[in-house]
Order: sequence, then structure tokens, then C-alpha cells
Amino acid sequence: MTTTELTDVDRDADGFLRDPQQWNAEIAVQIAHEAGIEELTPRHWQVVSYMRDTYLATGEAPSIRTLGKASGVPIKELYALFPKGPAKLAARIGGIPKPHGCI
Amino acid sequence: MVKRIVILGGGTGGTLMANRLRKTYGQSEVEIAVVDRDDRHVYQPGLLFVPFGLADVDEIIRPRRRQLANGIAFHETEIDHVSLADDLVHLADGTVLPYDVLIVASGARLAPEETEGLTGPGWNERVFTFYTPEGAAALAEAFTWFEGGRLVVNIVDMPIKCPVAPIEFAFLADWHLRERGIRDRTEIVLATPLDGCFTKPIASRHLTHLLEEKRIGLEVDFATGEVEGDRGRLISYDGREIAFDLLVTVPVHSGAEYVGRSPGLGDDLGFVPTSPHTLQSLARPNVFALGDATNLPTSKAGSVTHFEGELLAQNIHRFLAGEPLAESYDGHANCFIETGFGKALLIDFNYETEPLPGRFPTALGPMPLLRESRLNHLGKLMFQWMYWHMLLPGRDLPGISPEMRMQGKKPVETHA
Repeated sequence: MTTTELTDVDRDADGFLRDPQQWNAEIAVQIAHEAGIEELTPRHWQVVSYMRDTYLATGEAPSIRTLGKASGVPIKELYALFPKGPAKLAARIGGIPKPHGCI
Repeated sequence: MVKRIVILGGGTGGTLMANRLRKTYGQSEVEIAVVDRDDRHVYQPGLLFVPFGLADVDEIIRPRRRQLANGIAFHETEIDHVSLADDLVHLADGTVLPYDVLIVASGARLAPEETEGLTGPGWNERVFTFYTPEGAAALAEAFTWFEGGRLVVNIVDMPIKCPVAPIEFAFLADWHLRERGIRDRTEIVLATPLDGCFTKPIASRHLTHLLEEKRIGLEVDFATGEVEGDRGRLISYDGREIAFDLLVTVPVHSGAEYVGRSPGLGDDLGFVPTSPHTLQSLARPNVFALGDATNLPTSKAGSVTHFEGELLAQNIHRFLAGEPLAESYDGHANCFIETGFGKALLIDFNYETEPLPGRFPTALGPMPLLRESRLNHLGKLMFQWMYWHMLLPGRDLPGISPEMRMQGKKPVETHA
């Protein structure tokens, strides 16, 4: 089996995958490394999977408040797991487009 | 057979929808019922002026009932839940209202309890919100004893009603404290979770420039996690701290509580997923939504509700006639931004077009866009009269169309 390299996938200027179908777990690990996350723990995966599943089901990435209410990981921990912007970073690692900014 | 329209919420959207529909249909064709938990209709733009003694709470509240035309039933009670499957609204007083068309216009509610410590020690003592009549009045009181120090204006999280209001508050505070001669003893800081002071780039640049001119500090990317009222500390999820002597907070917003008790109606935050151009809900074809209650990517503002209402009334007419809905709403919003010293900016935008400089409503003006002027301030003041006497009764405002017009606007290079 060949390894997928980050250079094999199509990404936008901010590092988000343009096509969620190009995503796999190896890609997730490499994007995490790029963002300074050494290891994707089960807690990371819980958030990334929730994020990705919600996007694929509804076409919208959940906001940070929704993540805090529905992903099973409280917001404070989200910031520890995904420093700076948890919703954006989890979306990037999960291979879905950049969440729309709020209005 | 008589059709039944039930409208949830007797604020801006619910009232103007009820009145517009009442004009369109005779009583033998359509019955209209409005439900709200209380009989206090607040002119919300007026709340901004209360803390500075420029408006009184009594002046901006009127009975909801009296804004509704004859032939509209008003139920003053909480809503228990909506049962989408059998087209029924269950009220807390036990009444059950069957509907052919349901209009959700129940707005957004403040949820300060969702932020750790926010309603703890110091709440309404040195921590205030001007987003409620009670909070705005308490803040007016606090300003009478405030003798300087650090005034922090904080947006906890988006979305919020009127995203420019916190900036306007900072501008008016600068003016007010100058008049009182204590501005040089006061530091004003605006702390926001956004990466700039406003959501739209060109307007954000103009407003940032004004903040600098008025020496108002700006803390961006600040995701408020906790408030320590007794220590006077605002703490972000990533551990940053901002000290305050007086905190003016804009708490997180959610949809009305009954939305959460109505399976299939709302999203996780209690807002109603709505089709952006027809205003039909995604939940059911006979359920529509407007104003702050929707999840739409436009501002939660009265102007949005007003433009939506004009178009939604037509779509409800089409729906009841069995015709296809029009994809007519374009996200149009129009907001005055008070900048203090008797001046204001005006912005006009929609889903696609961000606020641009130029003139409004046409190239001849009279009102300048994205530029401070006295006329814009007078426009804002005059609007209160128009709100009660034209907008709520469901009259069209002369020269103002529900669709955004490019006439008078000057496109700008976005990277300029």
C-alpha cells in the first residue's frame, strides 16, 4: 500500500482540502503535524470525526459552541487539543472546507 | 375554508408579518394569531442610548398588543413546543393552536449563563449588558459613579444581534466620558472573538481606523472562556487575560427555548435552518422563519427582518395560492452606526456584496455610506418614529427597496 503524501492532495491557500473525498487518516496525521500537533489522540479523533461526519451529513461545519455542546469534548479542552482556533483546525485536519465566518 | 396562520413572536418580524398579512386577507379567508410571552415590545436599537442617558427605557417600550391591527388574536403566554408532524403549537397555558402556515419570528435570546462566571459575582455591579432594558438601565446607573479606569466591551461569541452595536457602544462611551471630563483617566478596550472589529473587510477597515482615531484598544481573536467579576478579569480559552474595572458584555445568543423542545425545528443553538432566498424553513414546507430566529448568514438586525418581512408576506401569499415561492430575498441589511458627537455612518449590504462607500439610496444621496455625517445620525433618530408608525404597521418605506441596489455604491479593490 502506498502512502498518501500531503503534496498529492489539492488544498486551498489556508491548507484546507478542496475535496473532502481526498481525505484519509494519513492525511489527517500529516496536517496535524504541520499545525504542531505531535499526536492525534482518541480525544482529537473524537472531535475530528464529529466535525467531518456533521459536515458530510449537513454540508455545514459545526461552530465551536456546537462542538462544545455536541462533540462530547468541552470547549476548554478543545482549545487544549487544537490550540488557537479549534473549529478551524479540526476542520483542516478532518479534510473539510474552512468553516464560514459568522456574521 | 378559512386558513390559519400562527406567528410565534410579537417583535419586529412577527408584528409586521401579522399586519401585512391582515391587510392582504379578509377575516373570512385567513385567521391570524400571534403568540408572545409578554406584552412588552422593545425598540431594540434604542437600548444603545440608554446607558448614556440619551434615551429612557420607558420611551422605547410599548405594548405588543397595541402594535397589532384589528382582527389579529394575541396570546400572551410561553410557547411549550411545536409539533411539526401534526401542525400544532402547544402553548404553556394549555391552548393548542392548529395551523396551515407557521411563521417563526421568536428572535434570539441572551444566554449569559453559558459563560463560566459571567452571572456570578459582580453581575450587574461591575459586569453589565446593554442588550436588555434592565441591563441598559443598570449600566446607566453605573456610569453615574464610574470615575475612570478600564472599560472593556466584550463580545463573547457570534452570532449576536446587531454586530455593530458593541462598536457603537465603544464610540458613544468615548464621547460620553469626554463630555464628563474623565476620558483621559479611562482606557476603552473592545475584545472580540473575530479577527477584526467587524465581519466584513472593507467596513472593518473603516471602523478600525475610527477606533484608532478615538484611541479605543482592540483585542482580536479573543475567545472568552471565563469571567471573574470579583477580580475584574476576562479570561480566554487559550489563557489570555484582560483586566477590567467595568465590563460591558454581549453574552452568547441562542434561539428561543421552545425551539429546542420542538423536534426537527431548530439547530443545536436553537436557530431555525431556513432557505436563504425563500425564507421557507428546511423543517417543513408550511413553516417559515424570519429575523433573528433564523440561521441565515446575514446580520441579526431589524432592517434584515423588515426586508425579509416584505418579501415573505408575498411568499406566504404564493404558498397559500399553491404557486411556487419566489427566490427573492438577497440578504439585504441596512444599518446606521453611531460614532458619537452627533454623527453616524451608514452601511448597506447583502449576502454577496459587502458594505461599500458611496451614497444612499441613490448616487445623489442624501446619505453618505461608510462615512461619518450628521445626516446619518438624524436618520437613526428619525428611524424610531418610522419603526412604530410605518415599519410595524406594514407600510412600505418610500425609496427603500427590500432588495439591495448597487446604485450609488462605489466598488472598492478588496486588497486596497
